[in-house]
Amino acid sequence: MDINDLKQSSKYSWQLDPRGHMRVPVVIYGDYDLVAAMDDKVLKQATNVAALPGIVTASYAMPDAHWGYGFPIGGVAAFDADQGGVVSAGGVGFDISCGVRTLRTGLKVADLELNKRILANALYEEIPVGVGSTGRIRLDDAQMDAMLAGGAQWAVAQGWGSAADLERIEEHGTMRDALPNEVSARAKTRQRSEMGTLGSGNHYLEIQEVSEVYDQRTAEVFGLHTGDIVVTIHCGSRGLGHQIGTEHLRDMAQAAHRHGIDLPDRELACAPIHSAQGRGYLGAMRAAINCALANREIITHLTRQVFARVLPDAQLELLYDVSHNTCKLEQHAVNGEIRQLYVHRKGATRAFGPGHPELPAVFRDVGQPVLIGGSMGTASHVLAGNAGNDALSFASACHGAGRSMSRRRATKTWRGREVIDELEERGIIVRSPSMRGIAEEAPDAYKDVDAVVNAADRAGLARKVARVIPLVCIKG
Amino acid sequence: MTKRLASCPGDWEHFSHMADIGIRGVGCSIEEAFEQAAMALTAAITEPSKVRCRNSIQLEIQASELETLLFDWLNALIYEMAVRNMLFGHFQLHIDDCHLQAQAWGERVDRYRHQPAVEVKGATYTELRVANEEGVWIAQCIVDV
Repeated sequence: MDINDLKQSSKYSWQLDPRGHMRVPVVIYGDYDLVAAMDDKVLKQATNVAALPGIVTASYAMPDAHWGYGFPIGGVAAFDADQGGVVSAGGVGFDISCGVRTLRTGLKVADLELNKRILANALYEEIPVGVGSTGRIRLDDAQMDAMLAGGAQWAVAQGWGSAADLERIEEHGTMRDALPNEVSARAKTRQRSEMGTLGSGNHYLEIQEVSEVYDQRTAEVFGLHTGDIVVTIHCGSRGLGHQIGTEHLRDMAQAAHRHGIDLPDRELACAPIHSAQGRGYLGAMRAAINCALANREIITHLTRQVFARVLPDAQLELLYDVSHNTCKLEQHAVNGEIRQLYVHRKGATRAFGPGHPELPAVFRDVGQPVLIGGSMGTASHVLAGNAGNDALSFASACHGAGRSMSRRRATKTWRGREVIDELEERGIIVRSPSMRGIAEEAPDAYKDVDAVVNAADRAGLARKVARVIPLVCIKG
Repeated sequence: MTKRLASCPGDWEHFSHMADIGIRGVGCSIEEAFEQAAMALTAAITEPSKVRCRNSIQLEIQASELETLLFDWLNALIYEMAVRNMLFGHFQLHIDDCHLQAQAWGERVDRYRHQPAVEVKGATYTELRVANEEGVWIAQCIVDV
């Protein structure tokens, strides 16, 4: 984008003051190179968001922002229901509550060396991955509704997961106020055979090694040390979330004019929070969050079963589980006044700082773990929510590397087999049903995750704790 | 996978979107453009020529205007692909005043033969356009993958 359009407010923060229909400024976080390399459409989309009714303080873009649909990916915006604020299906996206969880294993790199390939094969065998894969769990109507109301707590009660995991999941494993009866029959049908499946595209399960620790004290609290083996799972609410997103996007786009909302882009489809449509979407979207939390819990259970067979000494304990496509009702201080706001994070991670009452006691002193997935074959990062980030981004940070190249160009540039061979030479084992999928997800099709994370750290959104590198990647 | 467009008869192509995929069908008639957009949708997942026409399904969709009809048509196919675990490789449509009747032929996903690259989550309003440009119909949008 043309960075000259923006006013630099600090080394890592760029602002566009309100103009035209904008109600608040746009604030973009990143260093000069990251922001200059962003597509013009990021600014256009963030500007459109700034014009939505009831938006509070600013329309934010995180350092990994890229052109999305409606909201930019990496967009954060908060709305006040009592000031005509809206909830937007486009502001959450299709993959509701897509997110990342990381598990410690108690293993060191040397413990894995002999069994790495066996483990990769066993995980690929056990965890349904890729287009057309189906899970073994089938839910009847009552079980489906119980899952949509209970999330990871439901999964644990069914025996798929561990009770100790729950406090280390946002919302303690269950999104409150979910309304399963607001979820359409089609969305539930689409989910029937997809419980406990990883999906495809950029979703993955990785075995990783902690390669660097930046913040010893926080890493100690998170239980991370150099050379530790961890497992990271990236996936979302599967077909159920996709269907809810599709249906509500359409309904909200069609009804916007009835609510007196002028949409600059139909994809910004939204409804007043205080409306039957807004409440219906919130209830369904929260049910989809529970679906994602249950799904990641079930995949964790399957992963533990594989480790128990291949490496019985491993103890897989959840570090934390974050969601990066959500709208959540949260309390934030705005100009010294505490307000209840509906915070949309589309491709952005919640990053509550130290002392936040929502955090479990174990993280109270250091802040929320913020898990940032890299691309296949590149590093991922663990950060911690920073004190003071409430005023910067409603306590939000980036979510990943963000693509720098379209899928189409990636498949013209690389072949899947070559990508796999190259990664294998670097000691990274990749298992995937689709060679074309691998080419589309080639590491160099993404931005440099280290640069994104450094910008988030220096902008004060979240601070770097540890860097992890992949050893095994199971890819959809 | 990505084809160069011939003017007429029908054809399809992909266009660039950073995170997702743009699909575009063109044809001499609106039906042909919608059929080709559906082919472009399949091509986002697999090579369409690899999909055999073993079974067919019928769809009927009513919308208030043509762009919403395209949005609904593509999302109906995405739904059918997901719940039937199928891919579709041939389409026949009839559109009468925003009322669409269609038959789609295809088969169950075979992971080894089809090598499906991505699962399409939904068709979006982004770059959604149905238009007649100098006698050629265009039907396009970005799909989220």
